[in-house]
Amino acid sequence: MSQATIDLARRELAPPETAPVQAAPGYWKAVGQRLLRDPVTIIVTLVLLGIIFISIGAPLVSSYDPYVGSVLTRLKPIGTAGHWLGTDETGRDLWTRLCYGGRLSLLAGVLPVTISLMIGGFLGVLAGYAGGLIGTLIMRTMDVFYAFPSILLAIAICGLLGNGLSNSVIALSVVFIPPMVRISETVTTQARQLDFVEAARASGTTTMQIIRYHVLANVLGPILVYATSLISVSIILSAGLSFLGLGVTPPQAEWGLMLNSLRQAIYVQPYVAALPGLMIFITSMCFNLMSDGFRSAMDVRLNK
Amino acid sequence: MSAFTTSDPRDRGGPAQPLLTVEGLRKHFPVRGGLLNRQVATVQAVDDVSFSVRKGETLGIVGESGCGKSTTARLLMRLIEPDAGDVVFDGDPVGDRHGITVNAMRRQMQMVFQDSYSSLNPRMTMAESIAYAPRMHGVSARESLSRAEDLLAQVGLNPRQYARRYPHELSGGQRQRVNIARALALEPRLVILDEAVSALDKSIEAQVLNLLSELKARFNLTYLFISHDLNVVEYVSDRVLVMYLGRVVETGPVESIYARPRHPYTRALFASKPTLDPDRRTTEMPLTGDPPNPINPPSGCRFRTRCSFAQAVCAELVPPLAAPLDGQDDGGAHLVACHVPAAQEAMALHA
Amino acid sequence: MLVFAARRIIQAIPILLGVSLVVFGLVHIVPGNPIDLLMPPEASPEVIAQMKAAFGFDQPLYWQYLLWLSRALRGDFGLSVFNATPVWGMLITALGNTFVLAILGALLGFTLGIVLGLVSAMYHGRWPDKLFSAIATTGVSLPHYWCAIVLVLTFAVLHEWLPAQGMGDDSLPLYARLDYLVLPVVTLSLIPMGVIGRLVRATVLEIISQEFVGALSAKGLTRWPVIRHICKNAAPPVLALMGLQFGYLLGGSILVETVFNWPGSGNLLNLAIFRRDIPVLQATILVLASFFVVLNLLVDIAQAAIDPRIRR
Repeated sequence: MSQATIDLARRELAPPETAPVQAAPGYWKAVGQRLLRDPVTIIVTLVLLGIIFISIGAPLVSSYDPYVGSVLTRLKPIGTAGHWLGTDETGRDLWTRLCYGGRLSLLAGVLPVTISLMIGGFLGVLAGYAGGLIGTLIMRTMDVFYAFPSILLAIAICGLLGNGLSNSVIALSVVFIPPMVRISETVTTQARQLDFVEAARASGTTTMQIIRYHVLANVLGPILVYATSLISVSIILSAGLSFLGLGVTPPQAEWGLMLNSLRQAIYVQPYVAALPGLMIFITSMCFNLMSDGFRSAMDVRLNK
Repeated sequence: MSAFTTSDPRDRGGPAQPLLTVEGLRKHFPVRGGLLNRQVATVQAVDDVSFSVRKGETLGIVGESGCGKSTTARLLMRLIEPDAGDVVFDGDPVGDRHGITVNAMRRQMQMVFQDSYSSLNPRMTMAESIAYAPRMHGVSARESLSRAEDLLAQVGLNPRQYARRYPHELSGGQRQRVNIARALALEPRLVILDEAVSALDKSIEAQVLNLLSELKARFNLTYLFISHDLNVVEYVSDRVLVMYLGRVVETGPVESIYARPRHPYTRALFASKPTLDPDRRTTEMPLTGDPPNPINPPSGCRFRTRCSFAQAVCAELVPPLAAPLDGQDDGGAHLVACHVPAAQEAMALHA
Repeated sequence: MLVFAARRIIQAIPILLGVSLVVFGLVHIVPGNPIDLLMPPEASPEVIAQMKAAFGFDQPLYWQYLLWLSRALRGDFGLSVFNATPVWGMLITALGNTFVLAILGALLGFTLGIVLGLVSAMYHGRWPDKLFSAIATTGVSLPHYWCAIVLVLTFAVLHEWLPAQGMGDDSLPLYARLDYLVLPVVTLSLIPMGVIGRLVRATVLEIISQEFVGALSAKGLTRWPVIRHICKNAAPPVLALMGLQFGYLLGGSILVETVFNWPGSGNLLNLAIFRRDIPVLQATILVLASFFVVLNLLVDIAQAAIDPRIRR
């Protein structure tokens, strides 16, 4: 190209010096701002916080012992004096049982996802970044577990380990590890092929440094969105296990268990019998909507 | 363009020793298919590539897409492992027990990629991206950030404006400046520019090219400039390497190559440049035949299937890179890989 | 294409083997001797030893596995511990019943889901979108066993329009007992409706936003051809998910079947767990999981047939 063109370029198109502008907020801060502007996410988060509060603070908001009931007060309907949501089949106050039940139900929902996130996320990022033999080995093993419909696997494991909350948590963690591994591996593989990761490799930094500074931040978002949506599934599944008698054992309070034991009461007090399921539904729905909100907030395309 | 001083303390061997010597570089990629994912073919991406880069010069590498230029760059940076070949950096074999490690080489050799957007971590600010490598190598956080801001200024971006920006907020040209700054953060001696300006608008391209030449003088750099744009390569390079289908077909000083290209492929490349000058209209199709597949390259000289001068020997023997057969080799600098004297002597085009 | 199919089939074999290993192994992970699960605690040692030999529990583990596997491949799953009838027969009948539910539930759910998804995408941002998205999200978040209870409540208890449980009189042909099908099928269709609806909406939206659709409209194509084009492009991932969902309906129907007392494979599984009927348990899980694997295989092949990019 001619010298004239070059001089022209130099003169007329030098980067303009404008007044210093406010630095744009960090990526995560921008995500947070977008979340705060989304009414649905805010409502849902508040509802969830409310549910968590009444579960943890159950003694504060309810006045009965969740394990003590009286035959005299069996199956009272909604609106009874002293038991505003009625009583269950052994006379225990339903509101109290729902509050205390929230503890176990929420725990059984969140804990398996957390465990599988740590184990599955680690395995998946490893498989995605290292690739090769390790990656293939991990993914093929996951394929075998992926071959089972989740509830089947959960039931099989629970059925053989026995009852109890810890067993159902173990079973659900095992069930959730394969999808966690799969999504972590997919996202990591995509991130690994991006040029800036190659540039980081070219700068002679170690694998751990690259994963920590370049890969994780770009990978965490989708994984967290998926994990949150998995919580809603976990709550339903764990309650389902209790419903089948495989999870929490009586006389503990847990929504799925309550739903099962109240099943016979459906002919006597239909609305009361349906209440625990309503709690499961609301909680699960809130987590789902929250996950959707996260996804929208993190999607640069929708917001540009 | 080749003013070079020996004041760099890392220099070993003085100005006469080439900064980079590449010998017999080879990379074949397996193609898998069939029932059991066996290897059914190979893509011979880079085959027996040898060249050297002198200190302070700019070596341009030209060729069409798929000729192996980018693969060569990645092989040099060891982003891909070569199947064969030696790389010697300032007299030290890379990866050899008696030479320097790959990591040590990477501290002296850096690369700028073509896609300015995907080369930057979308979650990191400009300053963080530039400061990343020094920090990982032990420089303190504050020192590396201040170095990053200084580099931003060196590439023409006001650090107060740009240090805390994110990639999506910058234009292509600005991002590429940041990429250059990032490549300079480790104070390399050799910078590989892999189609670094190809994706930019022409006017921005001119700015960045000017910046590159300023930086080269300021920091005593040596450049390996890879591009498919012949005009740009002519403008920036001291010497040029022409690649075709994974092999080097011609190399020499830029003036010599552009004024008297010896290899029929080089001439065809230049002839395919559309000219705006009505007196020198491009009328005939310089290249015949389809570009062959790097999976099954022709035997012997790979260009023979499209060469109007092809003879029997071209199919049997791989032409070595040697002095031109007419004897005018610019003191041994101009080399061409062709068997046929007539092919080498065909009417030279005026650039 | 054939190569791709053959390759996928070959890949599926180790998975099936792995599944059988897991199913077999699960029983032996349980602490305690499997024989103890089957025998009453007061059985004498001689009886226990006899039963051990009969079941082959005294053999080394890998031998037991091979024996069990070879019998299983011939359809011989042994006798139910509970009522000494051949497991295979029980399983087949139960599977058939589940199949009926699963097919109908899938059909209903997929149809509703596709309609919801398409309408949501077409009216993106306006009230139909918000409404149908809400319905789809509800479908996904619903504990379907609770929904089953609510439906039973509404339609069988409060107003006795439909039967609450069971399959009705076995002597009558199926089409005479349709009222027993309604509630279970509707319950089962909810989750697929939600899942498919959300995917269809997301996929169609993404396709619409791509430039080639605008190019098609600019070329002058009227509405219907553009819609057909969108459907063709949206088909592969949706089909894949449909296959998966059908697999879940087949394998995951246990909760709904429990509520409705529907004599399907899920119910069989439930009973097997409580009766500690190991042969039935193993057989049911193995068959259901294998179904799932084969289903995924078919879905993959179908996807590759439609979308040539997948064939790699």
